[in-house]
Amino acid sequence: MFGYASRILRVNLSIGKTAIEPLKEEMAKKYIGGIGLGIRLLIDNSKPGIDPLSPENPLILTTGPFSGTVAPTGGNGHAFVAKSPSTNGVGESKSHGFFGAELKRAGYDAIIFEGKAEKPVYVWIDDDSFQIMDAKHLMGKSPQETEDIIREELGDYYIRVASIGLAGEKLSRIACIINDKTRAAGRCGLGAVMGSKNLKAIAVRGTKNVDVAKPEEFLEFVRVLHERMKGPATVKYRTLGTPQNVLVHNSLGALPTRNFTNAIFEGAEKVSGEYLNERFVEKIVGCSSCAMRCEHITIVPEGPYKGTMARVEYEPLWALGPHCGVDRMDAIIKTIDLCNYYGIDAISAGVIVGFAMDCYEHGILTNDDTGGLDLKFGNADEMVKVVEMIGRREGLGDILAEGVKRAAEIIGKGAEKYANHIKGLEMTGYDIRGLKTAALGYAVSFRGADHNRHGAYALDISGKTNRFKFEKGRSKLVIEVEDLYTIIDSLIVCKFSRGVYYKGFDDLAQYYTLVTGIGVTAEELRRAGERISNLARLYNIREGFTRKDDHLPIKVMTTPIPDETVAKGQYVTQEELDFMLDDYYEHRGWTREGVPTLEKIKELGLEDLAYVVEGKI
Amino acid sequence: MSRIHARKFVSDDPDKCAGCSVCEYICSFEKEKTFNPLKSRIRVVRLDTTINMAVACRLCEDAPCVAACPRDALRQSEETGVIIVDEDKCNGCGWCIEACDYGAIMLHPDKKVVFICDTCDGKPKCVEWCPEEALSFITKDVLAQKSRISAVKKLFYEALKT
Repeated sequence: MFGYASRILRVNLSIGKTAIEPLKEEMAKKYIGGIGLGIRLLIDNSKPGIDPLSPENPLILTTGPFSGTVAPTGGNGHAFVAKSPSTNGVGESKSHGFFGAELKRAGYDAIIFEGKAEKPVYVWIDDDSFQIMDAKHLMGKSPQETEDIIREELGDYYIRVASIGLAGEKLSRIACIINDKTRAAGRCGLGAVMGSKNLKAIAVRGTKNVDVAKPEEFLEFVRVLHERMKGPATVKYRTLGTPQNVLVHNSLGALPTRNFTNAIFEGAEKVSGEYLNERFVEKIVGCSSCAMRCEHITIVPEGPYKGTMARVEYEPLWALGPHCGVDRMDAIIKTIDLCNYYGIDAISAGVIVGFAMDCYEHGILTNDDTGGLDLKFGNADEMVKVVEMIGRREGLGDILAEGVKRAAEIIGKGAEKYANHIKGLEMTGYDIRGLKTAALGYAVSFRGADHNRHGAYALDISGKTNRFKFEKGRSKLVIEVEDLYTIIDSLIVCKFSRGVYYKGFDDLAQYYTLVTGIGVTAEELRRAGERISNLARLYNIREGFTRKDDHLPIKVMTTPIPDETVAKGQYVTQEELDFMLDDYYEHRGWTREGVPTLEKIKELGLEDLAYVVEGKI
Repeated sequence: MSRIHARKFVSDDPDKCAGCSVCEYICSFEKEKTFNPLKSRIRVVRLDTTINMAVACRLCEDAPCVAACPRDALRQSEETGVIIVDEDKCNGCGWCIEACDYGAIMLHPDKKVVFICDTCDGKPKCVEWCPEEALSFITKDVLAQKSRISAVKKLFYEALKT
């Protein structure tokens, strides 16, 4: 088996013991790697109903079969998987950069962190040796500082580090895990899981070879991908970057503004990709082994936040910009930098600040609650301060750090009407009131509100579907792209590269076979995607999820888009959502309650999980 | 005999370099048939996210690494300026590594002898593969020419537009 390291490392932090287990070919072929392998290991290594922040919740770190090779975007990925403290269901988040490649070279497909260390520690993995190190001196440090200190004290400047910031230490449910200083496994609050284990950082140095099954043909394929990456499929990421979306979404009436009060933003120009690139982008850099380059590194040239440097993508820019009614790029960049510093998911942070502003505007939060901060929409400097408070868990920030769903419950007084989340995970930057294919993708996403679990927004935005009306049978399109995204996240190739696999599963199957030597057809790979999507669903069902959890934010279902735009008047009714879910479940081969049938489970080779659906079908 | 003016070496333009390390992977595959940046003869340095640069042997005149070797394991090709390592003589002592100001000489992880960019016999693979075209195989004279031209271009930027 090539590509894979064929080894899984188990680290029990409670007793300080480690063990190596083999990764068998059957397991590799069925679950591929990345989130697929991670979710399988999660379901096999945890009991139902556990508290996500208890020692019983394993934190699983995986690489993909391509990690450590020159496969563009695939060579550098890693994923974290655990029960999510945001959703109580599957938590998964990928990141790229250099860390994943290093971990593969050290010789691991996965690491399972179990238990909880007695005091703060970091784990130091140096090829075959692993040590649990004291991390007392790292407490309170940012991921960036942590990385520098660890390299310095271990005396090797090529060590790669993934770590949590103060937010993860303080168990904030929006805490992320940051590697290579600016890259984050952001969603699902997995930084809090790491914090709950007293695990501050994972440091890796790997020096082993990574070999592929058919090197010459593999390189030929890589050369083709390099050429495609210079072409139209990736032009957006190489030029304006994802912030290009701002004006596109604005023109479609799909740019959620002021906590989904509006769907267009009068300040869009000033937070557009065009404006950003002209005034703030210093350099565009890339990850290890990638032939694109997408990381738009920005520097604030003047004003109160002068000198602040951060990578800017659409989602954080949207969340901290239009979503908070903020049109000041310098404050947005500063806040993104703060999110990196404290180790919080910038998307969730922006959604929560927008929520707090909405509550403030409606008198649910007052000056007493905010510590005197005038939290009106658009107040950029106040936004910076609130995120600082969230990062440190001070004042109102302590409540907001619980995530938007729990914060609304704590605040009460009807605050939940303004909490835009699905399954407990904060919304992302698509106004799905007028993007109905995307709305279904969001509702059924197994990790909660997310565009990156299905990419169904692209069907609506490109005009391939009627975005205002959902017709019977359209679920097939959503399922197709969902299973493709699941495979992308299991191989761990970057979603920005999805357009270069001209023949979809055919290209990916060929890619996989050249690397691993395990022959798979396009159909087998698609089937693996379906298997993993069902596996995640089964995990969620095991944790008590039902049809009711495939919901949409209250605002999306009650407040029509008020603006003078093509999407005016759009929202999703309960009847519409039910229609979509019925259609989706039917095409998935699930019951009307959204439970995979025994036939489906058997067909996908998941028989051992039949117990999960017992009594539910 | 080729003097320093005619010697071509691998040079990286930090303005273009995205720090992707494709060069490292391609080098290790070309020379060692495996993907392992530790076996690459060119190495990428990322100082801060915005500062990236790959470094390989610069074919110095009177190469200090050659002079530093107590076992005469290194010699410089008169024809190309490439440093040639006699793997039988090299014992991995590291004097040459210390002598190189650029960190362009490394100790091989398996063979325990030093290894250095040999420009792939004048057709460096890294240059061929660099996705950003940041790498070039170039003489120092031409580098100077290019710098001069771009400096003058900057000076007359406004005039050139009209």
